[in-house]
Amino acid sequence: MFPEEVLEHVFSFLTSHTDRNSVSLVCKTWYEMERWCRKRVFIGNCYAVNPKVIIKRFPEVKGVELKGKPHFADFNLVPEGWGGFVWPWVVEFAKGYPWLEEIRLKRMVVSDECLEIVAKSFSKFRVLVLESCDGFSTDGLASIASHCRNLRVLDLRECEVEELSGHWLSHFPDSFTSLEVLNIACLGSEVSFSALERLVARSPKLKTLRLNRTVPLEKLSTLLQRAPQLIDFGTGSYSAEIRSDVYSSLKDAFSSCKNLKSLSGFWDVTPAYLPVVHSVCSQLTSLNLSYASTQSPELTKIRLVVLDCIEDTGLNTVSMTCKDLRELVVFPSEPFVGDAEVQLTEQGLVSVSQGCSKLQSVLYFCRQMSNSALISISKNRPNLTCFRLCIIEPTVPDYLTLEPLDVGFGSIVENCKQLTRLSMSGLLTDRVFEYIGTHAKNLDMLSIAFAGDSDLGLHHVLSGCDSLRKLEIRDCPFGDKALLANASKLEKMRSLWMSSCLVSFGACKLLGQKMPGLNVEVIDERENLNSLPEYAPVE
Amino acid sequence: MITNMEKQAKAYEIMTNNKDLNLKATELRLGLPGSESPEREVVVHGSAIKILVAGAKRGFSDAINGGYGVGLVKNGGQETDVLVTPKPALLEKKTQVSDKLNGQSSSPAPKQQVVGWPPIRSFRKNTMAVSHTKNKEEDDPKIGSGCLYVKVSMDGAPYLRKVDLEIYSCYLDLSSALEKMFSCFTIGQYGSQEVRTREGLSETRLMDLLHGSEYVLTYEDKDGDWMLVGDVPWDMFIASCKRLRIMKSSDAIGLAPRAMEKSRNRTEPNNE
Repeated sequence: MFPEEVLEHVFSFLTSHTDRNSVSLVCKTWYEMERWCRKRVFIGNCYAVNPKVIIKRFPEVKGVELKGKPHFADFNLVPEGWGGFVWPWVVEFAKGYPWLEEIRLKRMVVSDECLEIVAKSFSKFRVLVLESCDGFSTDGLASIASHCRNLRVLDLRECEVEELSGHWLSHFPDSFTSLEVLNIACLGSEVSFSALERLVARSPKLKTLRLNRTVPLEKLSTLLQRAPQLIDFGTGSYSAEIRSDVYSSLKDAFSSCKNLKSLSGFWDVTPAYLPVVHSVCSQLTSLNLSYASTQSPELTKIRLVVLDCIEDTGLNTVSMTCKDLRELVVFPSEPFVGDAEVQLTEQGLVSVSQGCSKLQSVLYFCRQMSNSALISISKNRPNLTCFRLCIIEPTVPDYLTLEPLDVGFGSIVENCKQLTRLSMSGLLTDRVFEYIGTHAKNLDMLSIAFAGDSDLGLHHVLSGCDSLRKLEIRDCPFGDKALLANASKLEKMRSLWMSSCLVSFGACKLLGQKMPGLNVEVIDERENLNSLPEYAPVE
Repeated sequence: MITNMEKQAKAYEIMTNNKDLNLKATELRLGLPGSESPEREVVVHGSAIKILVAGAKRGFSDAINGGYGVGLVKNGGQETDVLVTPKPALLEKKTQVSDKLNGQSSSPAPKQQVVGWPPIRSFRKNTMAVSHTKNKEEDDPKIGSGCLYVKVSMDGAPYLRKVDLEIYSCYLDLSSALEKMFSCFTIGQYGSQEVRTREGLSETRLMDLLHGSEYVLTYEDKDGDWMLVGDVPWDMFIASCKRLRIMKSSDAIGLAPRAMEKSRNRTEPNNE
């Protein structure tokens, strides 16, 4: 047995949560040792455990990461006011973790009062990341700005903020110079540009700056000149009258950013200004043009996010030029129109899968798909880890053969043995679930909609997918049988969401009774349907 | 109601005593065949009753004290807790789709839109909608076919909803959708009256409405003013509506004069 100091030193190299969780299960001594030296704790489901329990078990924590609402809350399937309130956590942290430095929240409701408590309770507070959160206003941000003297990161990712004033930025005192990350892209209203400029000018360590839409193109060069050390930059609205002086100063400003790796923003693009970016393109690893309805991708990068305006031809170019591409995201420009004008089909994805050998992650919206295309993709890219395909019209079959897409997706799970995340769409029967249960042994998260014929489908998934931790299902004919038959599996999962399926209220109650470790919740509706989000305890 | 559930619960217990549950269609009959969905009987329409699941309670004091009602279902003397929350309306019908963006003369067939599909975040949808507006300003001043989510709150209700204004084509559609979401609110008078007059509401009619129903539908416009819904043409309404509020009519009386004035100003010719 190693002396404690040695063990502690060894543990200090363990940063992954799963590793630390495993280590704490070895024996009581290791459990004790590990819990005293854990610095960052991750709680994937804020309802899985009481904050007091966490504080008691891990007294030396410096950083906390919490997730609240289920994923489908992003698509308006969870009613407002459902929950995910961070308040009880913040109150406990203020008491139990006075030296807390980092808070990362996803899909949680954060009030201004919470932000005020955070601002005033933690003298060493450095990092605040709020992803898909809501419930707060610019007043809350002002509290953070006023009181967090050592703040390094203020990252608001796609939050809904009540914008009462643009002057919250001015609350950062003149002596405040530690900022490294500022992401305000989600704010819709103007922030005080002069305050922003002064803040950027006095933040020599600023690495990430993501502006919001209201910052005009003409002002970008001013900001970039003050921060040539930027690694990640998000423009504001990228449109302006075409003027050569604006063009050249912007071009010079971009050229001086030798460390730029990631670009985003580009709302309302004036295409004539895009070439300004070419000087930095070769060094970019990530380019997000998903708000720019243009076609211009001759840019080498690792992560490309675009609209379907890129079309098959554009993706063909990508397949030939972006040899290091790891992640491709294609959003639809007009998701609610039946027949799209854009020529984006399954071909675009097939090209990219052929040409980009490092492609690992795909999120692709399109209007048609075939089994043969899916089979090609799976054979071209067996190294895929994340495959999310959304065919815009639900239950659409293989457009060539009119058959279900079972075989195609089956090929994906069979060939892509490292697949950890899968979202499916189109016409799918129970057969596809049989393939998934048989082959998708590393699958961690599965999203299903409008698929399957019977409980057998769900049974295949729950009984076969050994690594499955997150399952979200909507509008599938799955009822009580498979759910109850695989109840013990649910305890090993983080969450299960079922909406508009055939689960009965009685089954939910039974599940709650039989499995006391599970949180079972029914969200009521008026029609003859049931919804069931469910939360397994953390680890 | 309670006896039914009691019976069913007992049936489950007998059948599921065996821990190794084999899924054979012939053996197990765990579903509730043809019986009325019991959850209807448990929940009271319009208000949120929260009952906690046996075993692990969801939510700490916030969920219970945050303005929600708490109820318990007694099941044969033993309190069975099931957490129940209201769910957003599932199906939103799109009765009219205008294909302004593509400049085509024929519109695509109207689609029945399902909530949350395709799975794109409202953030992105709202942003794209505004994008299209900006790009097409010369061609068409109206908001493009996309989606415009606004929050709807109701005085006294503990939760908010979001509606996509783009999918409705008139006040009637909107009001019936809201009626489903907040079932104790009736806007019957509104819809029918809106069809009859074009110029806007007369003063007497406003008073009729206000006295007639317990609640009125109001909205916050781009100027930050709270207006009564129905006093401007539909297209103008969706272009300026930032959020909706179902207000107690007693609180809304004060809105009438301001609404009238603004309405008069708006009917004067000006650029949209």
